[in-house]
Amino acid sequence: MPISRGKLLGLQILVAVGVFAFWHVVTNWSVVGDVKTMRFFFSTPYDVIVRVFSMFMEGSVYRHLWITLVETILAFVIGASLGIVIGFWFARKPLVAAVFDPYVKMMNALPRVVLAPIFALWFGLGIWSKVWLGVTLVFFIVFFNVYQGVREVPQVVLANARMLGMNERQLLRHVYWPAALAWVFSSLHTSVGFAVVGAVVGEYLGSAAGLGYLIHQAEGVFDVTGVFAGMVILMGFVMLIDGIVTLVEKPLLVWKPGETKTV
Amino acid sequence: MSTAVHLKGVSVAYALAGGGKYEAVQPVDLSVRDGEFVALLGPTGCGKSTLLNIAAGLMAPSSGTCDIFGERLSGLNAKAGYLFQQDALMPWKTAEDNVAIGLEVAGASRREAHEKARAMLAKVGLSAFGDRYPHQLSGGQKKRVALAQVLVREPKILLMDEPFGPLDAQTRLIMSELLLDLWQQDRKAVMFVTHDLDEAIALSDRVVVMSAGPASRFIGEFTVHLPRPRDIAEVRAEPAFHRLHAEIWSCLRDEVRKTYGLPGKAGAEQGAV
Ligand SMILES: Nc1ncnc2c1ncn2[C@@H]1O[C@H](COP(=O)(O)OP(=O)(O)OP(=O)(O)O)[C@@H](O)[C@H]1O
Ligand SMILES: [Mg+2]
Repeated sequence: MPISRGKLLGLQILVAVGVFAFWHVVTNWSVVGDVKTMRFFFSTPYDVIVRVFSMFMEGSVYRHLWITLVETILAFVIGASLGIVIGFWFARKPLVAAVFDPYVKMMNALPRVVLAPIFALWFGLGIWSKVWLGVTLVFFIVFFNVYQGVREVPQVVLANARMLGMNERQLLRHVYWPAALAWVFSSLHTSVGFAVVGAVVGEYLGSAAGLGYLIHQAEGVFDVTGVFAGMVILMGFVMLIDGIVTLVEKPLLVWKPGETKTV
Repeated sequence: MSTAVHLKGVSVAYALAGGGKYEAVQPVDLSVRDGEFVALLGPTGCGKSTLLNIAAGLMAPSSGTCDIFGERLSGLNAKAGYLFQQDALMPWKTAEDNVAIGLEVAGASRREAHEKARAMLAKVGLSAFGDRYPHQLSGGQKKRVALAQVLVREPKILLMDEPFGPLDAQTRLIMSELLLDLWQQDRKAVMFVTHDLDEAIALSDRVVVMSAGPASRFIGEFTVHLPRPRDIAEVRAEPAFHRLHAEIWSCLRDEVRKTYGLPGKAGAEQGAV
């Protein structure tokens, strides 16, 4: 039985309230450990909220948000474009796919964190080293999905399209492209999420601006409240982007059999 | 009249994943004249779809040849429209777009293609469903969209694989009448696969019966001498219809039983396959 929206939202808020209450209790009363030590490690929910507010009020945070946003968008657009083009190419050319298969796997297995210093060296400490870090994450997700999408078009749909008189170019446009796009969109949340991860990790490991930089700065001076405030802002940022993705993908996937609604 | 489809000594053996092969169809000969309506009847798994695939040029025969209007077929059969047994609509296109696309890729303007598509959808009783996506249609509605998709292009040869399979009895009748109507106006060569003996007789000029697989072959060919134009509902009442029905059924019955590993049985039970 589906739960109503209101009830769901209520339960979700309840979880948040619970977490904050627990956090508040252990940092204000000595239930787990000494209050002073607890505050040093975990700050307090009140301080964190006040800090977040003051960051927005004094306006220092907007520049960092903007930088992270730009990096995220660039990483997504470049990574997705490369993923689509190369995914198509591999799917239509089995020889190419077979030759590059082990290398693609190797590259994908590499933890991207190790690339961050190299990228900083190659592309400098500005936004581009972060963008490319994000690209390495986004690319593989989109690439694998496009590859899969193109190869898994049902044989009979393909045969039918051919019988309807489509040539290779028309097949690409009317069959392969929509099939691949469907897979890209179904992984949109993941790939956009990874674009954020790439940007923030890159900033964290070396930069002069962005949300990752903010958190790193606060850590450097043991400003735990600042670290938590940075994380809260980051979470809000990710939720916002995820919400936008949901809005964008809805009209694009109407043809997909999803949950059937009756009235 | 010229020969639209001519299968000469066509046999088909499928390569199996394990390395062996499955002999689906023994060498068979079949020719369909231009303007002739031929029904292909046989127990499940005997190779009816296989033969249509050969005629469509989607598959090369293991031996033998396929000529289309006197020309050796290699590659796709551009003169044929194929109504597949399985769902073959593009799920990302609406019903109307699915029907129009065949005209659009052939160079028709978008407007003209969509006008014709709407008209054809109306003929199959789906005018209100043009903007639906395939997953929002019932099995029978999907089949009718697929029918419209094939018919709208006015191919010279129609290959139809159980086009009315998932339809209810009444819709089946209406669709058969529509098909017959369209065919009467502009006689195309038709290869029509069905499991329904009544339908086969009522529609076609000739019924070809295949034996049970593996290595199936043609075991009977019956010419339908009922006058045209036919009224599908009325034609079933004619004595000639019943005689032919009994004749074909006795030919088919043992083959159907073989498919299920049952011994052949004398006696005149009647029914659909
Ligand atoms: N790709 C394949 N590989 C191996 N065997 C196959 C393949 N395709 C079909 N066959 C076999 O060939 C035989 C004929 O198949 P076909 O699809 O032509 O049957 P059919 O007469 O259309 O049956 P139905 O009435 O159930 O649709 C079947 O026994 C089937 O298992
Ligand atoms: Mg079949």
